[in-house]
Formats: sequence, C-alpha cells, structure tokens
Amino acid sequence: MALVLLLFLCLLTFSSLYFFVAKVWWFQAGASSVAASLDHQFVNTGIAMGIAFLVAQLALGFILFKYRDREGKARAAYHRGESRPEVLFIVLAACLFMALDIGVDLLGGHLWAAERFRPAQAGSTLVEVNAMQFAWYFRYPGPDGRFGATKPELEDASAGGESAIGIDARDPASKDDFVSGVMYVPVDREVDAILRAHDVIHSFGVPAMRVKQDAMPGLAIHTHFTPTKLGDFDVVCSQLCGLGHYKMHGIVRVVTQDEFDKWQSAREADKQ
Amino acid sequence: MFLGIVAVFVGMFLSLLMRIHLVWPAAVLPFLGDIKPETYLTLVTMHGTIMVFFVLTTAPQGGFGNYALPIQIGAPDMAFPVLNMLSFWITFLGFVVMVGAFFVTGGAPLHGWTGYPPLSALQSSGPGEAAGADFWGIGIALFCVGALLGGLNFITTTLDMRARGMTLMRMPLTCWAWFLTAILGLLAFGVLLAACILLLMDRNLRTSFFVPAGTINGIVTAHKGGSPLLWQHLFWFFGHPEVYIAILPSMGIVSTLLSVFSRKPVFSYKTIVYSMLTIVALSFTVWGHHMFISGMSPYSAYGFSVTTMAITVPSAVLTFCWIATLWRGKIRFTTPALFAIGFVSLFVSGGVSGPFLAQPALDIPLHDTYFVTGHFHLIMGVASMFGILGGFYYWFPKMFGKMMNETLGKLHFWFTFAGAYAIFIPMHYLGLAGYPRRYSQPEVGYLRDLMPVQRFITIAAFITIAGQLIFLCNLIWSLAKGRKATDNPWEATTLEWTTATPPPHDNFGGLTPVVHNGPYEYSVPGAPRDYVMQTDPATVTTH
Repeated sequence: MALVLLLFLCLLTFSSLYFFVAKVWWFQAGASSVAASLDHQFVNTGIAMGIAFLVAQLALGFILFKYRDREGKARAAYHRGESRPEVLFIVLAACLFMALDIGVDLLGGHLWAAERFRPAQAGSTLVEVNAMQFAWYFRYPGPDGRFGATKPELEDASAGGESAIGIDARDPASKDDFVSGVMYVPVDREVDAILRAHDVIHSFGVPAMRVKQDAMPGLAIHTHFTPTKLGDFDVVCSQLCGLGHYKMHGIVRVVTQDEFDKWQSAREADKQ
Repeated sequence: MFLGIVAVFVGMFLSLLMRIHLVWPAAVLPFLGDIKPETYLTLVTMHGTIMVFFVLTTAPQGGFGNYALPIQIGAPDMAFPVLNMLSFWITFLGFVVMVGAFFVTGGAPLHGWTGYPPLSALQSSGPGEAAGADFWGIGIALFCVGALLGGLNFITTTLDMRARGMTLMRMPLTCWAWFLTAILGLLAFGVLLAACILLLMDRNLRTSFFVPAGTINGIVTAHKGGSPLLWQHLFWFFGHPEVYIAILPSMGIVSTLLSVFSRKPVFSYKTIVYSMLTIVALSFTVWGHHMFISGMSPYSAYGFSVTTMAITVPSAVLTFCWIATLWRGKIRFTTPALFAIGFVSLFVSGGVSGPFLAQPALDIPLHDTYFVTGHFHLIMGVASMFGILGGFYYWFPKMFGKMMNETLGKLHFWFTFAGAYAIFIPMHYLGLAGYPRRYSQPEVGYLRDLMPVQRFITIAAFITIAGQLIFLCNLIWSLAKGRKATDNPWEATTLEWTTATPPPHDNFGGLTPVVHNGPYEYSVPGAPRDYVMQTDPATVTTH
C-alpha cells in the first residue's frame, strides 16, 4: 500500500505540474499592455507554489513508504516535536513559507496598485459599458465628451440601442450620445470604461485583455486598459446574473485610430 | 450524522446532473426529463448550499462532535441535551425547507449558494426567484439558528464538563477543533442570520437594504438606495470563517488519526493548537479577498491580500506537523489512516492555489473561473470530506460495535482519492484558459474548444460517485454482518476507547474517568505497550 501511495503521489505531482509547465491549457494570448506582466507574475507564483507542492507531496510519499509498518520492525520513534531542534525546524518551515509568500508579493505586489490606484490617463477613449440581463450596450459620449442622463423608467430593452439603457432625450448632453452593440476601441490608447449595471450584478470580463470588473447596480465603476492588438476579443459575463448568464457574450473590436475615427464620425453623423 | 449522509448523497446527485448537462445538454433523463439552462443554475445553487451547510458544517460538528466530544473529555453527555435536540431538529427542519424549494412553483432558486442580490432579492429576476428563493432564505436562517444553539452547547461542554485531569492541553486535538469551530460558528452564523433576515425583508416587505434603484425585465423596481455590496460584506464575513468551520474539525480528526496509525505522538501538539488558534483569529480578517473585483475600494484589497497570505503560514505549519508526525513512525495503512493521508495530500494541493487568488492582480484573470472552483473544492470540499470519512471509519466500531470491511474501505479510498484529483485538478486548467464558473453551456468559441476537458471531468465524476456506492454497501454490510469490534480495536489512547463498545448511555457506565496523560502517548520508551491510555497511571510528566 505504501508503495502504491508513493507512486500515486509521484504521478500526481509530475503530471499536474507537467500541464502547467507545458502550458497545454493556458491564458489566451495577451492583447493588452498589462497582460505580459500579469502572466509573468502568475509564472513567478507558480514557481514558488510549485516548489511547495512538489516538496510536500514527495516528502509525504517517501515518508509513507520509508516508515511503513513491517514485520519485526521496532517501535516508532518517540518525538513530541517540542524539543528545541524540533521547534526550530517548525519555525524554519514557517519562515520558508513566509519567505515564499513575501517573495511573490515583492515581485508582483505593485501590479494591482499600478492599475487600480490611478484614474485613466487624459485623452483615453471614454466608453460607458451598460450591462443588463443578458446583453452589453456600449455608450459613447459624442463630441461633447459628456454622457447624458438616463432614467430607469425610460428603459425599453425590446427596442435595443439608446432606448435599452433609458437615455433621457431631454438632457442636452444626451443629444450626441450613441450606443453600439460592439465595443469599438482604438489600439494602443487607453480605454476608460465606466461600468453600469441596470438590474442585477454582471461582470465585464475580457480574458485576452486580462480585464475583469463587476458592474454593480447603483454604482458607476471606472476601469481602464490599453489594447495592444487589433482584432475581436470576447467579453464574457463573469458574475452569475440569471438564466441567460452563459449567453451574455459581447465583443471588443480593436481597430486602428483611423478606423475608429471613421466609425465614430459615421455614428455621430447618424445622430444628426 | 445520518442527516449528513442523506445530504451528501443529495448534493452529489445534483452535481452529477450538472456534469451531465454540461457535456450532454440534450440528454433526457428517466423521471427528470431534460435539463434546461435555468435548471442547471438551480442545481448549482442547491448543490452548493446543501453541501456547505448540511454536509460540511453539519457532519463533522453536529455528527461527530456531539458523539465524540463528551466521551473524549470524559463527560456523560453534552452540557445541554435538550438544547442539543433543539439544535438538531431545527437543522433538520432547515434541510426539509431547503429541499422543499424544489417543489414550489418556479422551483429552486438560481442565484448560487452566495445568493448575491439584486438577483436573489427580486422576485422576478429569474425562474425560482419567487417562492423558491424564500424557501432557500428561510432554510439557511433556520440552519443558522440550529448552528448557534449547537455552538453554545459545544463551548459550554468543553469548558465545563471535562473529567478530572483533562486539562485543556490534554484534550485530543479533535476537541480543540470542535471547540474552536463552535467559537467561529457563534461569531459567524449570527451575521449570516441577520443578513438572511434583511434579504427576506427586501424580498417580501419592500425594504431596500441590498437593492438600489433599477429595473428588472424592463420594469422599474420598488426599491432604491440599497447596496448590493453590503450583502457581500456580510455574506463573506460569515463565508470565509465558514471555510474553516468546514475544515477545522477535519484537521483535528486527521491530527489524531495520523498519530494513532503512525504510532507516534503528534508532532508538536502545542504548535497545532496555536496554529489552529491563529487560523481562527485571522479567518475573520480575510473576507474581502472574495471581493477584489466587486467594486469595493481598491486600497482595501491590499489589506485583505496581506491577511490572506498570512493565513497560509499557519496552514503550512500544520502541514509540516502532519508530515513530521508520520516521519519515523510505524505506519499502519488502515482505511481511516488512508483517508487522513489523503487529507494531507489534498490540503496541500488545494492550498497551493490559494496564494494565486490571494493576489488581487492575479485574481483579475482568475476570479469566477473554474480555477476558483477547483481550488475550493479540493481544499474545502474534498479535503474536509476526507477528514469526515476518516473519522467515520475510525469511530464506526465504537458507535455500532462492528468493524467496517477493510477491503471495501480501501477500494472506496482509492476511487475517491484518484477520482477527486481527476475531477478537480483539470478545473484549474479550465480556469487558466478563461472558462467562467456557472456557465451551463459553452456559447463562445474558445469555450467550445475546452469541451474535451469538461467531458473528462464528467466521466471522472461518474466513476468517483459510483465509488461512493462501495461506501454505502460497506456501511450496510458492516452494520449487519461486520466483525464484532473490541473496546479498543485501533489501540488508541483517548477516553472513548476505555469504555465499552458501543458505550453505555452515560458513556462510562457510572464511572468517571480520571486523566493522567496527554492524548497521544504512542511508543513511549519503557512503557509496556506501544500506547499509553489517557487513564493509565502517569508515565509522562509533561502536559
């Protein structure tokens, strides 16, 4: 039994680590400015925790095998774990693990602050991300750079577009606002996304951009990211929002600045 | 205990239905028909709720604790037997109400075991959110009342009912674990009870604790000014200690089993007690790590991250102590020993994914993906379950006077151990690849590419759950035809093994045991046997 346990633990340890090292299933290719550093921090943490995993599982396996009960074996050793060298070992184990934790934090602790402690840069693309069961609507402020007021009683989801999010047409700031079903953004320029949920909690998750932020009813939450690759990227709702949660899919379409300007002008012209 | 067994099979059955729907959405099941996406979410909700409350909280504490705590500290019964019955029947009623949610109009709720409002607070936010969600809320509230009464009883019993000589530092670690769990429960369930009552008021009395102004299905709600974040704070203030409520009793059981079956004292009794105490204290300071991306202040994320990282240190120390307990032992691979060893392995595997999630920056890509599902199932679900099963195989002879079949027990261990890993390790990879939790179907292209992994997990779940039938057969067979158990079949030292099997009504047949030794005196040099009972004349002067 001891041998089987040892072999099983070896198999478990090496096979599960293999799939991490070989990156058989891995993060989507990064498409934003923070992706590389986040992925790097994941690998750093993976190395630290991989060592802890490997050492603990193999030590367990070998000890089980070496100290199995055999015919004619003398009594077990009597260790209470409270002599000075034994306590030192415990302290050492605690310190080693603490060092792993602190090391990991020193390497990547700044990443969160770098993104979340500052507002979006001046000149970023402003988009209001509106979430409701089970659709995403992306509102752009138009030439005035300001979003008009919305009112819950004006919402009409069946009409889609501007009506879905209840834009109050009487507010002058809303005259040039326009709404898109696809989130158009220019490449290499920061996006300042304002997240709003109209009914229940949703979460704006864009795996390729390493972006995830809940949209909370009653709050307008800012998040920002800088797309670095052209193309379409999936938006997946990442907070349980009801029966259609799995279908709440959106697209971030990253285009060149020229294409974005053209698209924006065309949409603004539609509003005139 | 039997409530726990019934609940665990109900919970497992629900998870199997989920797995079937994930990979064969068109399957039509006998008696149940096909599973719709909303049914999938009700399964998610009820599986989580039943498993967390009625299995992981009830079985180790209410089940083993009620039985073994008094007998291990040398008491004839719990301090308040009537309160104990009240606690059990209220918990039972909670379970009946909870399962009743399946049978009301609209069925069981779909808001997940975390019940985030406004989804859980608005009657028309989805199927099951009408009467079903009320049943869910009342079921949990009743459970909280039962748990509070039980906790009070555990604390009083531990402090007031110990036999002569049973100092706190001579208590088996199981008793420490139940005692600390009871303190956690007393502090945590009160908060959840309050939150549940507020939620039920929001749902039925038009208050707005958790619901701001907004719409549902295009209709303006009657609420304004509430905060959904408030619920999350209250819920996780209970919810994170709950993780330790589930696993602490298993830590106590495993510490004991490793010592018994390696024929060695536990490696540093005091360190284990102090580590568990540290975990209890820290467990009330980490709840915000569930909320890094919820919209709470980003500054507070660092505070919660530091406390979360800190809690890994006593956990690592515990692991070190368990492995060191086995070191230089004379290990007997009985079924309870195997489950205890399995616990250590699973605790490590589930634990090492914690520091990824504890970093708010890494939580961004991993939050609410299968990485989290894999992490908490390994550590909170399966590891805790291994402690419970180990305890069950260990105390079964004392409870029923019969030995369980060892061959079937070992077979059960291997099915469960290998099966659990086959289910939950691949979930980590799914999470890395960005598969969100609680998706009933892969609608997006990259998720469809991950279906082979989902299929593998479902097949592993089938085999693992089939393996649990071995346990059921063993249980029934052993009750009927098991070999008769002696008073101390495992050659263990604690007080329950000094009395008759099964114990008389007052545990010790009118005698009051007097304790002279610590609980883990194995292989004491110079002692006539390789174990010294706690009631034997003092041979060791410490403790």
